[in-house]
Amino acid sequence: MSLQTRDTLHEGLALRGGSPKVLLTGALLLLAVLAPYALYPVFLMKVLCFALFACAFNLLIGFAGLLSFGHAAFFGGAAYVAAHAVKEWGWTPEAGLLAATAAAGAMGLVFGLLAIRRQGIYFAMITLALSQMIFFLALQLPFTHGEDGIQAVPRGHLFGLFDLSRPLTMYYVVLAIFLGGFALIWRTVHSPFGQVLKAIRENEPRAVSLGYRTDRYKLLAFVLSAALAGLAGGTKALVFQLASLTDVTWQMSGEVVLMTLLGGMGTLLGPVVGAALVVTLESYLASTSLPVPVVIGAIFVVCVLLFRRGIVGELLHRLPGKGKR
Amino acid sequence: MSQLLGIPPQALFGQLLLGLINGSFYALLSLGLAVIFGMLNVVNMAHGALYMVGAFVAWLLLTYAGVGYWGALILAPLVVGLVGLALERTLLRRLYKVDHLYGLLLTFGLALIFEGAFRHHYGVSGQPYPIPDLLKGGTNLGFMYLPTYRGWVVAASLLVCLGTWFAIERTKLGAYLRAATENPTLVQAFGINVPVMVSLTYGFGVALAGLAGVLAAPIYQVSPMMGSNLIIVVFAVVVIGGMGSILGAIVTGLGLGLLEGLTKVFYPEASNIVVFVIMAVVLMVKPAGLFGRER
Repeated sequence: MSLQTRDTLHEGLALRGGSPKVLLTGALLLLAVLAPYALYPVFLMKVLCFALFACAFNLLIGFAGLLSFGHAAFFGGAAYVAAHAVKEWGWTPEAGLLAATAAAGAMGLVFGLLAIRRQGIYFAMITLALSQMIFFLALQLPFTHGEDGIQAVPRGHLFGLFDLSRPLTMYYVVLAIFLGGFALIWRTVHSPFGQVLKAIRENEPRAVSLGYRTDRYKLLAFVLSAALAGLAGGTKALVFQLASLTDVTWQMSGEVVLMTLLGGMGTLLGPVVGAALVVTLESYLASTSLPVPVVIGAIFVVCVLLFRRGIVGELLHRLPGKGKR
Repeated sequence: MSQLLGIPPQALFGQLLLGLINGSFYALLSLGLAVIFGMLNVVNMAHGALYMVGAFVAWLLLTYAGVGYWGALILAPLVVGLVGLALERTLLRRLYKVDHLYGLLLTFGLALIFEGAFRHHYGVSGQPYPIPDLLKGGTNLGFMYLPTYRGWVVAASLLVCLGTWFAIERTKLGAYLRAATENPTLVQAFGINVPVMVSLTYGFGVALAGLAGVLAAPIYQVSPMMGSNLIIVVFAVVVIGGMGSILGAIVTGLGLGLLEGLTKVFYPEASNIVVFVIMAVVLMVKPAGLFGRER
């Protein structure tokens, strides 16, 4: 399957430096550009949206060591904002996406301010509880239309020029959004800011003793991650022309944890691989009689017990020279 | 006086009773979570699913084996406790050496498996479970009507909660348990089998969830997803109370249940989120939780 080959290429990309890296990046981009001619574009767009979502989540767990169990609130919440802005207020798609990102960032600021007061397991429980609050709000507020969700969201024209109702145009826009988000995460991780985050992950008291105000770093990472998750959610709302309750449930928060865990926490490409695998698996399972949650749960258990580095992490670990990240 | 703050007293007390019942379940579940967390450092995400399993075991016993409510009250927690023992022995045990977050993720996976499997078999609709004959009917207290079964649920959970508190805080076994929570290596050196104690603690904690499930079966229906949203409220209760104290978990659980009931009377739209709002406020004022002692 072409997805598999893409994944192996990703691995290679992460490992080698110098010109092969440039070559591989080029080949990869070419593949991404050509992919919609071989595969169903909506499926690919779904993969890209979830990949961006998982990358945003990974910025927190993988590079700052913070497990948020409430990222669905940003993803699904932003989807509602984008859908409402575009459908009810007649905003352009770019304005809708901007609003979605900003709304998710603002939510992230509030969540973050509360959650960073506690650490570890409590952090996870607080984010989970807060996101459940967003779920109940989404269930009850009139503008979300309860169980129906916001349906028939028009895709519109990006910058008034590109007609997004054409699947290929939409695909390339989603691809551009994903690449932009991914580049931002790459830049963040490799910046001095990213280094401080890693220091906090490894040993927070020590980072504090070195004079870093770790709470501020954690909060900024949280807001950034929430905003990017929001961008992914807003994009998904445009792709599927729908914002629904599914995206704000805590099962969705669990799903993004799984994607990241499966692909490899703390690796840049892991979440992309994980998202592609989980989305593929789910669309495959949908046509069988196997219960999806049971399979997902079983993968969770296996990953946690045997496979904590994830696919990309395991490959990086096995290859010589870069044994440790 | 037929009106109290513009609300008929029947409605007010009715909702308060409902709140008290919810509070009893919060107390039972957060108690189990606190006991498990204290000993294993694991946040048991599967707690809600095991509560559901408890209710289902009761229903299955009644439907297929003809075992009634009172039998189920003993057997279902036992079954759930044994399931817990098996899970701890085979799976959870492997994760004590790594980051505690993996325990949370593992139990989350288990919750998905349990809920998914039951939903696959029994569908999403609830199965009714009859109230036992002995507890049918009710009494008129003058200001409100008290269904006997609901009174029983509150009394039984209070009794179990206080019994657990007594066992942990006032008995020899409880003293070992508390000592092992503080410093397992030292307690082990004194010749106490800590690994067995850890397993039993997990088994006991989830058995409490199973018991709550049986108590809940006649009130709510028995359905595969009955625990999935409840458990998140219980997490919020745990954050509010802090996991430091057993009594704290009980008081917080009951108190928040009552508060939720009150909200249902005065501002029903907010009743779903009031616990989370309180959690946010508590985090701002006293981050360690009302009864918490750790930082």
